Amino acid sequence: METLVADIWRSTPLVLLTLVGLIALLVEGSGKGRAAAVYWISLVGTIASFVLSFLSLNTEEAAFNDMILQGGYAAFFGMIFTASAFGTLILSRSYLRRLHTERGEFYVLIVFAAIGMMLMASAIDLIILFLGIEVMSICLYVLVGFLRTKLTANESALKYFLLGAFTTGFLLYGIALIYGTVGSTSFRAISAAFPAVSNQPLFLLGAAMLVIAFSFKVAAVPFHMWAPDVYEGAPTPITAFMSTGTKAAAFAAFVGVFLGAFQIAGSKLSEVIALAAAASMIIGNVVAISQSNLKRMLAYSSIAHAGYMLSGISAANREGETGILFYLATYTLMNLGAFGVLSWVEQKDDTKLTFDDYAGFSAQQPFLAALLSIFLFSLAGIPPFAGFFGKYYVFLAAVKADLTWLAIIGVLTSVVSVYYYLRLVMMMYFQPGGATVEEPPAQMAFIAVTCAAILVVLFGIYPSLIVDLTKEFLNI
Amino acid sequence: MFSLAPAIVFFPLLGFLFLGLLGPRLKNERLVGIVGSGTVGLSFLVATAIFIEMLGLPPEQRKEIIQLFAWIGTFTGTSASMNVSVAYQIDQLSIVMTLIVTGVGFLIHVYSIGYMHGDPGFWRFFTYLNLFIFAMLNLVLADNFLLMFLGWEGVGLCSYLLIGFWYDRKFETGGYAPGTAYTGDAAKKAFIVNRIGDFGFLLGMFLIYVQFESLNFDTVFGRAAVLNVGGEVMMWMTLLLFIGATGKSAQIPLFVWLPDAMAGPTPVSALIHAATMVTAGVYMVARCSILFALAPATLQIVAVIGALTAIMAATIGLVQNDIKKVLAYSTISQLGYMFLAMGVAAFGAGIFHVMTHAFFKALLFLGSGAVIHAMHEEQDIQKMGGLKKYMPTTYKTFLIGAIAIAGIPPFAGFFSKDEILWKAFSSEYGSVLLWALAVLGAGITAFYMFRLTILTFEGEERFDHRHVHPHEAPQSMTIPLIILAGLSIVGGFVGIPESLLGGNALEHWLEPIFAPALSKLRVVPHHVEITEYVLMVLSVGIALAGIYGARRVYLRRQELSALWQQKYARIYKILWNKYYVDEAYDALFVRPAVRLSNSLLWKGLDVAVIDRMVNGTATAVAWCAFWIRRVQTGVAQMYATVLVGGIVVILFWLMIK
Amino acid sequence: MLEHYLPIFMMILGGVLFGIVMVKLNEWLGPRRPTEEKLTTYESGMEPVRTARERFSVKFYMVAVLFILFDIEVVFMYPWAVAFRELGIIGFVSMTVFILILLIGLFYVWRKGALEWD
Repeated sequence: METLVADIWRSTPLVLLTLVGLIALLVEGSGKGRAAAVYWISLVGTIASFVLSFLSLNTEEAAFNDMILQGGYAAFFGMIFTASAFGTLILSRSYLRRLHTERGEFYVLIVFAAIGMMLMASAIDLIILFLGIEVMSICLYVLVGFLRTKLTANESALKYFLLGAFTTGFLLYGIALIYGTVGSTSFRAISAAFPAVSNQPLFLLGAAMLVIAFSFKVAAVPFHMWAPDVYEGAPTPITAFMSTGTKAAAFAAFVGVFLGAFQIAGSKLSEVIALAAAASMIIGNVVAISQSNLKRMLAYSSIAHAGYMLSGISAANREGETGILFYLATYTLMNLGAFGVLSWVEQKDDTKLTFDDYAGFSAQQPFLAALLSIFLFSLAGIPPFAGFFGKYYVFLAAVKADLTWLAIIGVLTSVVSVYYYLRLVMMMYFQPGGATVEEPPAQMAFIAVTCAAILVVLFGIYPSLIVDLTKEFLNI
Repeated sequence: MFSLAPAIVFFPLLGFLFLGLLGPRLKNERLVGIVGSGTVGLSFLVATAIFIEMLGLPPEQRKEIIQLFAWIGTFTGTSASMNVSVAYQIDQLSIVMTLIVTGVGFLIHVYSIGYMHGDPGFWRFFTYLNLFIFAMLNLVLADNFLLMFLGWEGVGLCSYLLIGFWYDRKFETGGYAPGTAYTGDAAKKAFIVNRIGDFGFLLGMFLIYVQFESLNFDTVFGRAAVLNVGGEVMMWMTLLLFIGATGKSAQIPLFVWLPDAMAGPTPVSALIHAATMVTAGVYMVARCSILFALAPATLQIVAVIGALTAIMAATIGLVQNDIKKVLAYSTISQLGYMFLAMGVAAFGAGIFHVMTHAFFKALLFLGSGAVIHAMHEEQDIQKMGGLKKYMPTTYKTFLIGAIAIAGIPPFAGFFSKDEILWKAFSSEYGSVLLWALAVLGAGITAFYMFRLTILTFEGEERFDHRHVHPHEAPQSMTIPLIILAGLSIVGGFVGIPESLLGGNALEHWLEPIFAPALSKLRVVPHHVEITEYVLMVLSVGIALAGIYGARRVYLRRQELSALWQQKYARIYKILWNKYYVDEAYDALFVRPAVRLSNSLLWKGLDVAVIDRMVNGTATAVAWCAFWIRRVQTGVAQMYATVLVGGIVVILFWLMIK
Repeated sequence: MLEHYLPIFMMILGGVLFGIVMVKLNEWLGPRRPTEEKLTTYESGMEPVRTARERFSVKFYMVAVLFILFDIEVVFMYPWAVAFRELGIIGFVSMTVFILILLIGLFYVWRKGALEWD
């Protein structure tokens, strides 16, 4: 009994968020018109979980019979997930109210998806990892298709579900094969057995299956095909959630398995991941150029960013780990912000989402245009914004791991990316036109996005705010 | 108290953010002015407090590095790792520079409240000024080359923004550039010429990193201190750094931007292009004195360039008629003296001159601003004269500035200039020739400064009384003038040499900074010699002769000036056209570049090769995107097929390779 | 490693064989007397007259999904019940929490009207 209580106590961020989710569900079920209450409960829950995660950063402990790790990088990821869920909740509220489709379940599902993500980051056992992925994915399948009357939403939800289910099969198959060779699903046991089994075909096959499953979730080439369609069809706040929280969760799994349980530095697995990284950077950036829909453009850009981060995984060193953590934290901020501004300009019938719809935006909405520009500059990796240091760290990691070619591809494709990011900035500032927002953004959403912009600048000037946090639990 | 150093930097940053973000909504000029100058004033107070505390400490405790945060790092601590922090170094040198920047900067901010009154860009002006102070403080307080470079580029940016502050106004190019020029063009010129220098600085920084595997001052200088004098690497390193300095501090060959930079508002000329930014090159050389000490050949070059610049700019100043142009050439000339000091290993004297020059040159510029204001934007001294009746305060302070720069004791300029002259003569790295050039320059300086003063303030009134009604400037402008005039009188007393029974306090204060370099160069302090007095009397005599000459020519026998103009028409023309340097650069670099661009680069390389490459890349990208999009059909089965294809590739890679 | 699975393979093989053998035995040994009544699809039910490919109400799916959910809940309880003594109080608390969560789900489903046919 004491261990159970202690275990629950250790995993408060997770347990608390689960409780909040259940309470929100009860409230939603208790009557009609409870959406606002559900929203506030969820919001408070994510904030509380964020704070608890932050407090547990420096205490790293395993709980529940070596199934879950609390504190340390799990807590760091927990902060990213809860922050992402928090931002998504705020953006969703004004978005749904504008569409007159506000329902409490939407918020509850976001909370449960965040729980799934936290489970993925905390997992130190492949079974728990699987559980987390499923909890997250099932919520997302529903969220993507939440606007039932919209045809594109149905289409993207179905595609996401079919392909997602397909890759879940690979994940399970991979777990089974690894269990078959190692005899355990625990990270600790796998890590201990790794030197002995790392060259066995069955084990490699299993590991490759995991690469495939995780790459699907981070939308890395060639498992990226779903991303543009799904990102386009989903409600914009959910697109933001998927490109930040989900991506971060999948990278948490990548870090946990490939940098924690395996030691892939210099191995064939690292080569495979490097290949996927290179392909993602090239295809993501190149295809993004030819997009006219901004949500699709950001979808391809998110594929490219997955590529940048994968170079950190493939480097498999301390710089890579810190780089990915830094990258994810800042990428979450800037992508949430960018999608936030997009969701304000967007109109009910899915219009006002192309480059041309932003002509003259700066004249009508100077502040919003400035915010969006900050996010775009940061995504392009231009100092003094946070995106620059994210790229700097992962490329540094690649160079240190003798993957200089990967860093070169990364830098070159970053140059390509400047074209399509700045195209939007150019549209807003140098093209005449009357682009504006239909109604002013909700105050809270506005404040949240402004804070995100401030943080993007702050972390760009003062990167050690995050780096020092990661250093403590990575023992650098 | 030292730990408050970051506050010095952050007050102007706060001012910049406040004014930049809220500026357009602040309708109240007074609030903008108070915030803009108040932040700099607070910085000055903090710097003063730190300075006072430093005075009470023994020399070895006067240095402290305040680490703010790790900025760019490589984590693992191998020897070749680069770790750069945002950290500020407080020591004897940086505190002197900080006091100059914030003190003079504060006065000029206050002055600007009056000068810029009614300008629609009032808030914008103060925003830029605060940003400038922030960047400049980063430059002088940085504890590593990268942060210094950030400040270096930041002040360049602010200089660009402020020269072109009235970007739609026309300005006088002096005839070399055909067509109309706008102040924006002058800003561009300054920026581009500075880029050339910055490139040198950047390369020098790379070389420093390659050689010393660090960019921290302490580490680099520590590792340099154990090296032997000489060596090609050190020569190239210091030469590249010096090229950076010639760009920022307007020395031969990169001085051409500074006269045109006068297109900016006058407080900008005073703050950036006279008192602070242009001395950044001098500060950089002083800060890297140990590196330069390892390359005596570079030091020689620095000295020669400094002396040549001093005399060249002074001679041009003789014939110019634009009040600000004269002051601009005088600035270039004085900067030449500072580099001469650096070159003859008189680092302390150089910094001393930076300080006194900041006082009297800011004073002269602000005085000229008051005159321009009173004359309704007229800058031609031919159309002035007799202004002392209308603006007595401005006249008196301007005269004090002129006496100070001419080097008449006991005004500030005398002590610093004479120290440089003496070192140029006596130092192992100096020579009689350098000294002679410098003394000649000093005489010319006295002459043209008094020519300027007399033509502006004395003699007959040559302006049109119907349109121009000169008046004294408001108090917010005259008070800074009076304070600066006071400093121009007493500012030199911190460096009275031993020969005049002074303590040479400033030089002793800076001694710990330059001691490693001086010991490398085997420079030993001289004893007081009789020669020193002789030279001193000589230089004062020459300065007095210059003043007397100017009074004679421009006050008593005005026909002489026209007569000489005819008699020495050729020389006059050369000087009037500033030695045709702009024309030469135009012919040597600009036009060939334009021609080359038009023919080969544009039609040949750009259109034929690069455009084709770019367009080809674009076409290729578009083609790829087209085909990749063909795969992106929207049919989920197709997606699954690609997914399986990816799986096959991965498995193939893992199993076969 | 793989040889540990041999008993399972034997088991599967045995199961499949047993099924086939039984069906075949039945076919082989049993008497066959077909009548018209016996050959209809549902011997004692309604006669199918339309195509089997038709649209079902979405409510069927709802019920099916809920059925699977609560069905699995019960499946979990079998191994738990078997090992109840060894698991002790922790097992009891864990299962209580599990059922509580499901109950919340049931409450939600109930209140939302998913259990009502109309």
